Amino acid sequence: MKITVGQGSCGIAAGAAKVSKALTDALSGSGIIPGITGCIGMCYLEPIVDVYEDDGRLHRLVKVSENDAETIADAVKSGDMTKLASLEISDEDKEFLAKQTRIALRHCGVLDPESIEEYISAGGYKSLEKVLKGETPEQVIETIKISGLAGRGGAGFPTWFKWNAARQSRCPEGGKKYLICNADEGDPGAFMDRAVIESDPHGLIEGMLIGAYAIGASEAVVYVRAEYPLAIVRLKKAIAQAEKAGYIGENILGTDFCCDFRIKAGAGAFVCGEETALIASLEGERGMPRLKPPFPAQKGYWQMPSNINNVETFANVAWIIENGGEAFAAMGTPDSKGTKVFALTGKIRRGGLVEIPMGKTLRDVIFDIGGGIKNDGTFKAVQMGGPSGGCIPAELLDTVIDYKKLSATGAIMGSGGMVVMDDSTCMVGMAKFFLDFTAKESCGKCVHCRIGTKRMQEILTRIVEGEGREGDIEALEELCSAIKEGALCGLGQTAPNPVLTTLKYFRNEYEAHIKDKTCPAHECRALLRYNIDSDKCKGCTLCARNCPAKAISGEVRKPHVIDQTLCIKCGQCAANCKFGAVSVK
Amino acid sequence: MTDKAIDLSLIEPVLKEYAGVKGSLITILQNVQEIYGYLPSEAIYRVAEATDCSPARVMGVATFYTQFRFTPIGKYLILLCKGTACHVNGSDMIAKAVYEALGITDGQTTEDGLFSLTFVACLGCCSLSPVMMINDETYGSLTPDKVKKIIADIKAKEA
Repeated sequence: MKITVGQGSCGIAAGAAKVSKALTDALSGSGIIPGITGCIGMCYLEPIVDVYEDDGRLHRLVKVSENDAETIADAVKSGDMTKLASLEISDEDKEFLAKQTRIALRHCGVLDPESIEEYISAGGYKSLEKVLKGETPEQVIETIKISGLAGRGGAGFPTWFKWNAARQSRCPEGGKKYLICNADEGDPGAFMDRAVIESDPHGLIEGMLIGAYAIGASEAVVYVRAEYPLAIVRLKKAIAQAEKAGYIGENILGTDFCCDFRIKAGAGAFVCGEETALIASLEGERGMPRLKPPFPAQKGYWQMPSNINNVETFANVAWIIENGGEAFAAMGTPDSKGTKVFALTGKIRRGGLVEIPMGKTLRDVIFDIGGGIKNDGTFKAVQMGGPSGGCIPAELLDTVIDYKKLSATGAIMGSGGMVVMDDSTCMVGMAKFFLDFTAKESCGKCVHCRIGTKRMQEILTRIVEGEGREGDIEALEELCSAIKEGALCGLGQTAPNPVLTTLKYFRNEYEAHIKDKTCPAHECRALLRYNIDSDKCKGCTLCARNCPAKAISGEVRKPHVIDQTLCIKCGQCAANCKFGAVSVK
Repeated sequence: MTDKAIDLSLIEPVLKEYAGVKGSLITILQNVQEIYGYLPSEAIYRVAEATDCSPARVMGVATFYTQFRFTPIGKYLILLCKGTACHVNGSDMIAKAVYEALGITDGQTTEDGLFSLTFVACLGCCSLSPVMMINDETYGSLTPDKVKKIIADIKAKEA
């Protein structure tokens, strides 16, 4: 009998550590100590406890609380698993995982992230051994080329090409090449990289070591967001274990290959996801991008040939080496091979991490796997690619997931954030949200980005506050094209995307805000107008008593009225009315 | 809040370890902030001196990154997530609830020095949105009422 408790950051936030402690107490004396795993990606069911019977049969228990510890301990001690029935995952929820194809996430939520032994017994570090002892770096690069693996951080650039460029690049005398992992997952709404590091740190390390061998790097650095403390702790532990086991350091596995490994904690700057900015930050400077060329493969970290890939990209590498490039390329579309991980969040019924082969549609992910909209709401749009991406409307739900097809909508694949919105989300508000973000995160180097995003933010702010003017849409469009053309790096060049896509698909919402001074989603507070329907109002006085602005007046048992000049649009009256007499427009 | 005298000797071990390693400025500042809870100006000058660069350059780096603070923080640091998923699920209402309970907004500290509030880009717990962290504890699926209760409970504990 084996018990594990899923303890990624979000599992812990949902109470997994408390559950684990309660279970440990409840099981004391039974000889069973609950182990840990990382994140299985079913965030909406956390905390999750897996009970494996001796014959391997799995009972997956979901939404477990501390109070369930006794029940679980009782079932385990007595061997009567029927006692777990009320906690077991439903058949419908099992489908969430069953419909996925897991490669980058293959070990997440299955293995103990703090145990190198578990990783090795699951076949870990075999791929590293295979390449070190039997393949040339060129052969490794060829395998990656066949696989069609492309950068999973957003740009989708062919991985083999970058590796080959760094391989070919001559190293100045006395210098060395560097392999860098970009784990500065800055897109608000994306958390797959965090989940991979927390749940399968050895998988990342192995992928990086194979990459280091391929390009000829003797030092590997992981640049991790400081906001991910648990990821840093687990990665540190894994590096120490791998060092002890001889996978990191001098003469790895008895070969000539040597590679040191270290972690660098970022300090919070979205622009550091851009590779030249990341390098500046690694060097202890302000993280500002610079012009390319020279590319990092030529002159990168400390002016040495360097290669930077994203966490998810590396997480696929060991699998590709083990199974062959063809196996990976067999999945997906002619343009996009393999699988992609998405962080499905927002107004979705079943939110979490979803890994599917490229070529599925957005509808497959959002409705088939994600179960559609929470509380039976209506799907309005899905935001993909974070601040660099865009909103894709309902009529394009059958868009195939593929780098080119997604770009054609105006959004991008990005790192895989998929934020689902229902009809209560204002699309102008959404555009403003992202411009608030990019205006704040612009490093300030290019005028178009620094000042242009600020002006866009101001225009969007006045539109949602009901001060929108004739000509604002045109001014936004002009700024969008100027920033796209005038910015040096990806942050600026893509910053207008959230505005461009919402203008393209939801222009009527902008017009409603500006011309009619209404917010169709009823989200922009300044544009709301609460009214009491005199036919429905019973004069119970509840709204008047709860109105914080004392804006409601009326006699008992007679219809009440709202003084619009005093109303602060807090919505208390609508929330409190038992007769549905308060309407909002 | 009164500024306590800054004991600069606390950061000497950090400087000893990293001052000579090129490219370590951010690491040094992170360690200094770990010690004081923020970056006191005295410490900035000391770091500049030890790393042989100008205080302006150290400030330039420190102000570039959102992690660094230049004023002391309260006993309880509230990190309020403003990520996309939290936005869609009502983080503005959560920020308003914190303001109503404590009278502080992004970057501010209550007069009694008990609470500080910082907006953060994304805590990566999107499925529990809206989310906030208070010191090391994460609170998910928040509502304005839940926020007010959490704050009231801490206040009661400290009273």
